[in-house]
Amino acid sequence: MADEKFKVTIDGIPVEVAPGTTILNAARQVGGDIVPPAMCYYSKLEGSGGKCRTCLVKVSKGSEKDPRPMPKLVASCRTTVMDGMEVQNITSPDVLEARKGVVEMLLINHPLDCPVCDQAGECKLQDLSYEHGVSQTRYEFKRRTFEPIDIGDNIKLHMNRCILCYRCVYVADQLTGKREHGIINRGDHAEISTFIENALDNDFIGNVIDVCPVGALTDRTFRFKSRVWFTKPVDAHRDCPTCSGKVTLWYKGEEVLRVTARKDEYNEVEAFICDTCRFDKKKTVDWILEEPTPISKQSVIDANHYNVFSPPPVIKKNLQLQEANEEQLERTERLK
Amino acid sequence: MARKLLLAHIDVPGIHTFDVYRQNGGYRAVEKALRTMSPDEVVEEVKKSGLRGRGGAGFPTGMKWGFLAKPEGVPRYLVCNGDESEPGTFKDRYLMTYIPHLLIEGMIVSSYALGANTSYIYIRGEMMPQIHIVEKAIAEAKAAGFLGKNILGTGYDLEIHVQPGGGAYICGEETALLESLEGERGNPRIKPPFPAVAGLYGCPTVVNNVESIAATVPIVNDGGEEYAKIGIERSTGTKLISASGNLVRPGVYEIEMGLPMEEFIYSDEYCGGIANGKRLKAVVAGGSSVPILPTHLALKTANGEPRLMTYESLADGGFVTGTAMGSGGFIAFDEDQCIVRNTLNFTRFYHHESCGQCSPCREGTGWMEKVLHKIEYGYGDISDIDLLWDIQQKIDGHTICPLGDASAWPVASAIRHFRDEFEWHILHPEEAQTRNYGLVGEVVES
Amino acid sequence: MTVEFSLSLLEKFAEVVARYPKGKQKSGLLPILHLVQAEYGWLSVDAMDKVAAYLDIRPIEVYEVATFYTMFFLEPKGKYVLEICRTGPCCLVGAERMMQHIEDRLGVKEGDVTADGLFSWRGVECLAACGYAPVLQIGPEYTFYENLTEEKVDQLIDELKQKAQTK
Repeated sequence: MADEKFKVTIDGIPVEVAPGTTILNAARQVGGDIVPPAMCYYSKLEGSGGKCRTCLVKVSKGSEKDPRPMPKLVASCRTTVMDGMEVQNITSPDVLEARKGVVEMLLINHPLDCPVCDQAGECKLQDLSYEHGVSQTRYEFKRRTFEPIDIGDNIKLHMNRCILCYRCVYVADQLTGKREHGIINRGDHAEISTFIENALDNDFIGNVIDVCPVGALTDRTFRFKSRVWFTKPVDAHRDCPTCSGKVTLWYKGEEVLRVTARKDEYNEVEAFICDTCRFDKKKTVDWILEEPTPISKQSVIDANHYNVFSPPPVIKKNLQLQEANEEQLERTERLK
Repeated sequence: MARKLLLAHIDVPGIHTFDVYRQNGGYRAVEKALRTMSPDEVVEEVKKSGLRGRGGAGFPTGMKWGFLAKPEGVPRYLVCNGDESEPGTFKDRYLMTYIPHLLIEGMIVSSYALGANTSYIYIRGEMMPQIHIVEKAIAEAKAAGFLGKNILGTGYDLEIHVQPGGGAYICGEETALLESLEGERGNPRIKPPFPAVAGLYGCPTVVNNVESIAATVPIVNDGGEEYAKIGIERSTGTKLISASGNLVRPGVYEIEMGLPMEEFIYSDEYCGGIANGKRLKAVVAGGSSVPILPTHLALKTANGEPRLMTYESLADGGFVTGTAMGSGGFIAFDEDQCIVRNTLNFTRFYHHESCGQCSPCREGTGWMEKVLHKIEYGYGDISDIDLLWDIQQKIDGHTICPLGDASAWPVASAIRHFRDEFEWHILHPEEAQTRNYGLVGEVVES
Repeated sequence: MTVEFSLSLLEKFAEVVARYPKGKQKSGLLPILHLVQAEYGWLSVDAMDKVAAYLDIRPIEVYEVATFYTMFFLEPKGKYVLEICRTGPCCLVGAERMMQHIEDRLGVKEGDVTADGLFSWRGVECLAACGYAPVLQIGPEYTFYENLTEEKVDQLIDELKQKAQTK
């Protein structure tokens, strides 16, 4: 029964998936507009998902065996498919209305400080509110505020922007094994905190920046250096003793402004990277460059047409680097 | 006099002690179940009884037991939910205070039925006196051979432990309760998996309310069919009703399912009418979460039938003209009470108790409270009423656990039935600060 | 505040942990925090860190839990903390008036401590005693005082003052 498949229909599009697949991941196999947005679910973090409620969908037919519809909208990231299930996402007005409500809820206490937020341009909340929000807020009260704090040498926490997705907590639990921060207090007073103003310090803690869907956790070494759409991402790797060493370098001119893990089309990292790669290796000589990072045409980061890879001048001058990047240089020649 | 199954001996002096409880027929159900019945036979009796969960959801207890997974070599747990926190509900406190051995006896027969050898009674931390009472009852039962190894020589082993909560309404939700029992924050789990498959410590678990577990004692003693003879339709047996608010005699009453609400409020056997000679304005029949009803819909359904205290009759008319049995927290409002103020109070409660895990509840409850606060304190706009309506709709059905729904329903029903009162508050902001809207505009039956 | 758990307290911890299966000692967190608070009146960071060490969990796991549940005090309070129910059914029969009376009588705002260190008060959510409203409770034993009136509150405060003096 290893190759048993369940037939599922999402917005009228049939797909066959392995039993145990969630509706969200089934939709990702189809791809395109019918994929529900996910702010808290993260396939590489066990236990994540179910919290933000942006991925709510309607199950209009439970399964072939039990065709009854599910009484409530369900979180597609945590609901597994059944054989014969029919799901409505963007074809259900109820779902779109509910999602609009969730986006509104996520924004009522959000500072809307995109102009000064380093995440702007690659923020999932920005995308989500652009797609599902409304231009006017109906919230007329004072927004919840926290002071921004440094948690460790390299990470800035803007709790105001946090949507409490818990991803950073799962990272600390599952990657570092020595969790120093968590969620304290409850309800709308809940916050990410170490409680005792501890500094987060661990070889892998920088990954909290990459998993954060908003600008709550940002890279202090990149802070205010540039808007992301003025930078050019290039995939690179190095022989790292701690992690895979596969990263994306974000160039501005010749300078590497920041290093992140490589992310897939759903903004999830492909492999977590260590803090040495992320924070301490900011010279081109540290890396073997691959090629421009694929970026969706819809993304603002695509605005610079960076996909024609112009190697930093340092490579042109340095024979050793030219050798290391031979393959990439060839490809660039072909593109020209 | 109505039949009493749980509180029959409540007035016997010393009934909280093992000896007196035993002399009054206590622990017969344990003897009967362990000596003469198989676990499945006990489950069968509970199924036959039609008992529905007394904590609020009203899910058939026997069916819930039937779902319990039984993989080989994995322990199963029974966890008693004594986190009673639904505003208006205080029956479990009463039961644990005055007749704790009924709960222990129910725990033993229920644990036996489910094949659990370790069971926990989770009691909210504020009930420290009740925690001590229940712990003492456990010790007495153990000393008498009804707990521990090889109970009554039948080979069945059971330990019961009491676990205190820490102050969180949300822990009344069964998966939040299990998280709390595991020493975690009371964040409800995302279901599935349901506790019947993966509950406490990832093992199959049944979570039942105090009253549901106590009700298994008469069910085992008299048989499920006998229990099901009481009541109407799918509302069988007796129910503990916690009566509070503006009543002559508030308190805990055991009623037979099917009692007319009017009789419950006005008869001398129960609440004895509205306090201080006032008139009844509204009723919350099942704890703060269920829709509030104005008097005319509380006493009679929209069809003009008498409203009965059953799951079905209370729900007659859906949420448009009906309400729900909930936990049996019966709150009566007299003519002087302000619906806006009470809705604000309830909403503040849900805002305070939201665990903060999912966005609609975390953000929406606080938003509703702020809008209601504005209306109550004289700064409301007429459009705020529609805004409130829309916010509650955006919460209802969209959250991880029922707390979101529970926060939405009181707001929705208050607007549905008392919209004029909200409007009056907004249009007469100064007057609203000095007096309540009272029964003005309300249909009063003479 | 640094603490050193007494032997008798540690014995109680051991009793608590014995209730759970092996490896599930974290279940003892809430009962143990109650025991610690009953001993010291509140939960200092040091006390919580020591609880974490005892249960072999991360300190943040204790902070997360202690800040989630409302019964745990993370700062020193008065010797007697009057916790009065402020939820709907109690308010129908005068809880708001009673809260005002307590505030006037003690002369401190909700959450603050009186100058003599004896009293704090705060409104708490439904205590499941709605039929005996208004109600208040006082830890660490959470003794209940029901059907409150202004006179009963005055009498209670006087009794507690006397009790504190005679000790």
